[in-house]
Amino acid sequence: MYTVDLAHETDFAGFRTAARRLVAHGVKPDAVVWRTGGGTDDLFAARQDLPPPTVAETEVRVPRAFVPLAEAVICHSAPERLSLLYRILYRFLSEPRLLEIASDPDVAIARRMEKSVGRDVHKMHAFVRFRELATPDGPHFIAWFEPEHFIEERAAGFFARRFAPMRWSILTPRRSIHWDLESLAFGPGARREDAPADDAAEALWLTYFASIFNPARLKVKAMTAEMPRKYWRNLPEAALIPDLIAGAEARVQSMIAAPPTEAPAHHHRLRARGETLMETAAETDIARLRAEADGCRRCPLWAGATQTVFGEGPDTAQVVFVGEQPGDKEDLAGRPFVGPAGQVFDEAVAEAGIDRTLYYVTNAVKHFKNEPRGKRRIHKKPNGAEIEACRWWLAQELQIIKPKLIVALGGTALQSLLDRPVKITELRGQFLEFQDDTTVFPTVHPSYLLRLPDPDLKARERQRFVDDLKRVAERIGVLA
Amino acid sequence: MPAKTLVEKLAVLADAAKYDASCASSGSEKRKSGKGTGIGSTEGMGICHAYAPDGRCISLLKILLTNFCVFDCAYCVNRSSSNVERARFSVDEVVQLTLDFYKRNYIEGLFLSSGIIRDTDYTMEQMVEVAAALRTVHDFRGYIHLKAIPGASQDLIERAGLHADRVSVNVELPSDDSVVRLAPEKRPADIRRAMGGLRTRIEANKDLESTRARVRKFAPAGQSTQMIIGADATTDAAILDRSAMLYGSYALKRVYYSAFSPIPDATSVLPLLKPPLMREHRLYQADWLMRFYGFDRREIVEGRTDGMLDLDIDPKLAWALRARERFPVDVNTADRESLLRVPGLGVKSVDRLLSSRRHTRLRLADLGRLVKSLDAVRPFVVAADWHPGTSLDRLDLKARLAPEPRQLSLF
Repeated sequence: MYTVDLAHETDFAGFRTAARRLVAHGVKPDAVVWRTGGGTDDLFAARQDLPPPTVAETEVRVPRAFVPLAEAVICHSAPERLSLLYRILYRFLSEPRLLEIASDPDVAIARRMEKSVGRDVHKMHAFVRFRELATPDGPHFIAWFEPEHFIEERAAGFFARRFAPMRWSILTPRRSIHWDLESLAFGPGARREDAPADDAAEALWLTYFASIFNPARLKVKAMTAEMPRKYWRNLPEAALIPDLIAGAEARVQSMIAAPPTEAPAHHHRLRARGETLMETAAETDIARLRAEADGCRRCPLWAGATQTVFGEGPDTAQVVFVGEQPGDKEDLAGRPFVGPAGQVFDEAVAEAGIDRTLYYVTNAVKHFKNEPRGKRRIHKKPNGAEIEACRWWLAQELQIIKPKLIVALGGTALQSLLDRPVKITELRGQFLEFQDDTTVFPTVHPSYLLRLPDPDLKARERQRFVDDLKRVAERIGVLA
Repeated sequence: MPAKTLVEKLAVLADAAKYDASCASSGSEKRKSGKGTGIGSTEGMGICHAYAPDGRCISLLKILLTNFCVFDCAYCVNRSSSNVERARFSVDEVVQLTLDFYKRNYIEGLFLSSGIIRDTDYTMEQMVEVAAALRTVHDFRGYIHLKAIPGASQDLIERAGLHADRVSVNVELPSDDSVVRLAPEKRPADIRRAMGGLRTRIEANKDLESTRARVRKFAPAGQSTQMIIGADATTDAAILDRSAMLYGSYALKRVYYSAFSPIPDATSVLPLLKPPLMREHRLYQADWLMRFYGFDRREIVEGRTDGMLDLDIDPKLAWALRARERFPVDVNTADRESLLRVPGLGVKSVDRLLSSRRHTRLRLADLGRLVKSLDAVRPFVVAADWHPGTSLDRLDLKARLAPEPRQLSLF
């Protein structure tokens, strides 16, 4: 039988030294008694009861995950934590992957202890309440706290990182932690009376706590699950809880029972002022149409989109490019052709030598049709009814602009213009007679180029698209 | 009328802010204080520094800059037609209050919203000034959440995002028609545009950060939104549809559901009822199933004709009872996707289960050490020493698994 006395409750170094030697000698877990805080800091005393040193103890291997687990578990207040850790260490000899078996009873208990320690640290970070003490060196913030486990050293770093420019101390029954603006120091335990009894800001905090509580949502169990009663005695705001709970129901009933009141005078003044406010009137026909389209509900697509994406460009344009519908980027920006397909389009148009001031861009369908899929949304092709509903806007845009040439980018645009389903491949590159001396010129939609996986084909198809646009440029030249 | 003291203002402006559900302070960049810097840190996981008896986390100083408001939203305690007491903080008062609370470890930071005074930009500018003073004058490194007002200028939103960890815009109600009806001055399209603008800006920053080392962060904790539940007749199915749209469109960190709750001096347009807390809870559970458990929103709401979630049992159990042909699931062989669909198995349990079963065949007792409640799981799984037999076919399975109806008890 071996007895190991550790220097203090969380003496991980001492545990590691002793456990290495014991396991190197193959000492079974039930042949070791682990003790802490035996009143001695003498490490030799701890070693006296161990087997003799052996080279094998420097070769003890553990899974990487064991050290952080053990460092947490050793902070648990249960005396059996040390024998548990040693038992797991011993079992590594025959079960090197033991920690991966979360269902193993020893591993499960160790993980539960780790979790409990983590929670206690978290609650200490949450529930420490500093009180300010005026000193000759300036303000000193002091808190009294009673953790459940031996976590003072483990929890201290957080306060140093957060409150570095403040002088502070946290006092607990086991330890005191001090920050002097430079470094952390740990001292012996303290008493509640060693911390200030009050603080100037506490009345404000209590007011806040009482005011942020909604009496109509009383959920006492949810509160105590996260703020267990054992912490209450050191939380100034907890003193308010019984009265807040007791008065809640009456407060709700009085709100429900209260008859409606007459609105105050300033409300009536505001309403009167609001009615005289006029929307700024649109100045041009196209601006008026754009404003009208903003609230469009002619088909259900508005509900899944951010906004109507109306056409853009001079209302004197000779060419109107009609695309399919806005995509993700266009929907967010409220402007057509600003996404990836828009980029392809811009480059191709520039390459074909068409002046930006000559054309207007718009879409056959003005809302982004999509299907939400987790954190993104998938583009969906508009159907006949949606194209039909939106033709209302396209027709008016064309009527106002009266372009010489309309370029239909892709099948949806062509379908909208011709009012029948058509294959773009059959009509591509032809100048089709359209109403009112206008010509329609079908070509592909730039997003088609983006979808081509084969780089050679993509390059060829892009060139074809640019060639199509060059013919458009020539045609405008002719028309001009 | 004598001027209000700070404590009186705080009482009014915290009371006015409590109907916003969010108090999260997680998921921002990591920051800490050091020698010669201002105070504050953020370390990933936010901290709830207290809990009110409503069970809600108090992580931030959640206040309005003012509860004067020119809008008249029927559901809102601060609407212009209400006779509630009004107050207004100065920028300095909010800054000082935040610092004083923070130094005493009461809070993680500030969540600032405001009633609309004068106009949108004036109000937004006041809020931005608070954040700017905290960051630049006091080098405050704690968490800041600013509410963005739809329609505020791009420049103000830009400044808000550069100072705040999170910027959020509330959709207010689950349907546009309800917004138009109950919040006549608000325009749903403006709200969506604001969220779309934020997503675009946040993503542009992420792109910059990936190519350049030093870029000022823009709303590093992302954006969230909130909708009020139970102030209109929208069904749960339609609410979840809207949530799916919001998550898919605006890369939101969270959609908060806030049960419409009695307010002082309510309007006759919206009669007061007890807040539908259980409904709110079920919506959060359904939201979780969509985001972390691979459920499609249609699977969650199918099976009932009224489009509502079952209040008696959680939506995962409700789904499992409808989809009994997919059970039992063998915990020793089933894939992750199927395991995530077992009532009582959470994401963490499933991960631990998958790791464990590589080394051992799981028996019921092993499973018991991996899950919170073996009783919840048992009818739906097969283990090395367990098969539920025909119990899955029992008609009273729901009754046996549903929690006992219980009165809320005072304590």
